[in-house]
Amino acid sequence: MAKSLDLELAATTKIYGETIAVDAINHKFAAGTYSCLLGPSGCGKSSTLRMIAGHESVSTGDIVLGGTNITDLPPARRGTAMMFQNYALFPHLSVVDNVAFSQKMKGVEKPVRLKKARQLLELVDMAAYAERLPAQLSGGQQQRVALARALITEPSVLLLDEPLSALDPFLRIKMRLELKKLQRELGISFIHVTHSQDEALALADDIIVMNGGRIEQAGSPRDVFNAPTTEFVARFIGGHNVLQQKGASVALRADRLKVKKAAGDDGALLTAFVKDVEYLGSTVNLALDAGGAGDLTAALTDEVFFQDPIEIGATVFLTWKPEDAHQLAA
Amino acid sequence: MTDQTQSISSVAPAAKARAKSPFSLSRLPDAVTGWLLSLPLALVLFFFLVLPIAMIVVVSFWGATEFSIYPAFQFDNYEFLLTSPVTYQVFFNTVKYALITWAITLVIGFTVAYFLAFHVRTLTWQIILFLLCTIPFWTSNIIRMISWIPFLGRNGIANSTLISMGVIDEPLEWLLFSDFSVILAFVHLYTLFMVVPIFNTMMRIDRSLIEAAYDNGASGLQTLTNVIIPLTKPGIMIGSIFVVTLVMGDFITVRFMSGSQKANVGRLISNDIALLQYPSAAATAVILLITVLLVISILLRYVDIRKEL
Repeated sequence: MAKSLDLELAATTKIYGETIAVDAINHKFAAGTYSCLLGPSGCGKSSTLRMIAGHESVSTGDIVLGGTNITDLPPARRGTAMMFQNYALFPHLSVVDNVAFSQKMKGVEKPVRLKKARQLLELVDMAAYAERLPAQLSGGQQQRVALARALITEPSVLLLDEPLSALDPFLRIKMRLELKKLQRELGISFIHVTHSQDEALALADDIIVMNGGRIEQAGSPRDVFNAPTTEFVARFIGGHNVLQQKGASVALRADRLKVKKAAGDDGALLTAFVKDVEYLGSTVNLALDAGGAGDLTAALTDEVFFQDPIEIGATVFLTWKPEDAHQLAA
Repeated sequence: MTDQTQSISSVAPAAKARAKSPFSLSRLPDAVTGWLLSLPLALVLFFFLVLPIAMIVVVSFWGATEFSIYPAFQFDNYEFLLTSPVTYQVFFNTVKYALITWAITLVIGFTVAYFLAFHVRTLTWQIILFLLCTIPFWTSNIIRMISWIPFLGRNGIANSTLISMGVIDEPLEWLLFSDFSVILAFVHLYTLFMVVPIFNTMMRIDRSLIEAAYDNGASGLQTLTNVIIPLTKPGIMIGSIFVVTLVMGDFITVRFMSGSQKANVGRLISNDIALLQYPSAAATAVILLITVLLVISILLRYVDIRKEL
């Protein structure tokens, strides 16, 4: 496998006619990390990935991979490889021919390229299906083949465009683990585009939350989840309440809200009216109306909740530790 | 939930109506219903396809003199046909027209379809340009053929233009009433039959496959030969079947465009009919039919046409 290299975006911009899809973003993807570009649809995450892959021209700015400016190189000469959202396997070629495709394009002899393709298929555990056509495989199997086809080019960076969105939820979690394991084993960088927070939190060493063509926040999953810096991130990453305190917005994790039925001596910070109670198995979510402070969600563990169940329509008193409230950028 | 209740309530009256109506099909066994449902089409096909062909086969064994036709079962027509060098020459000519026309329409048709499918970005322009291709079909094919004559003639537009440009000194004789003009007319008439199915299959190719090929280092030409052409093969085959059968069955184009100087099997049959030699015409038709069916069955070996429908 090729050596992993740092990938750096320098004021990379994509403009379609009048609209700015990606607005001068700067980011360094460290070598050998699993990064997730996270954001709602239309936030510019796919455009960013496609610019890195070379399938979209860069309007202004640069993309640098391990000290080489790859901004204007064709996809195959960048040291990146892309795994497409719907896998884009060639329907007329067998699995092994699909994997060997890039080698065939380079003019590698048939026995050599087939041998190499079989090695890659073994890596993704698909050697037994080498002679099948893509249409004869399940979604998860197709994805492994697509992975093998991307990896045979020995990329320094593997780009994955919503790789799990076409799978059913059960398989999604399974493939998630496999992707992470593969990345650890290969030691190359993976850049993974997704709109699912769970996926990003579970997979990434580095989460880049994007909105409106800009990077809202980048950091480790724990930093991003624990301490969102903007209201957008707090809302998008989920599990947070955004409330106004002394004229400023703060983010507060839903599971850090303490809910009491009676005002204690420590003094409640807010009172709220219980609009709804949602049982989710290990947690119970309370939908709360806190009047001027707006709608809030409190997540209680089922153990805490069922010790002293709260009815819909009840008035409750909310407290939290001051260090749990994170100031948001205006 | 609502879906379920709706479907239940919509099924109930239908079931009731079925129980009441004495003529309901659903009371009959499934096999009988199936036969009844396929009966209208089967009758149409029997009377307008099977019966005429059977008749042609029967007549092809009849005998004929200069002034009469008599029912018989003899192989004279076939014997005469298969031993005459003219037949082989004419069949050769027919196959030659079919092959050359096929090759030219394939190249032009593929190029046009490729341009429409992959280089024209917006759907509006695709529709506009596609309609442009069909404009020649707004007139009858006889008119389209005849309009070549003033263009290609001895003193036609093509010759006079070339002479005035100084490219040639005297008119080109082979422009009209030659194999060239026959094939030119065939190509003009039938290229669209190649464009349409190829364009249709090309539009179904997932664009991300082209990107994937590019990502894997394929050049434009490699993408064409390794991805686009293999995936367009069914369209190419359907177009080929159209063109080959149309050209092999044609007689009017050959007659008009060759000024009656060239022959194909269709003209052989039409001449026999003009001379009231129906048994001989029928025998030629049977041989032509077998030839065309053989060609199609060979073409079908290379493509699963059902996948395309």
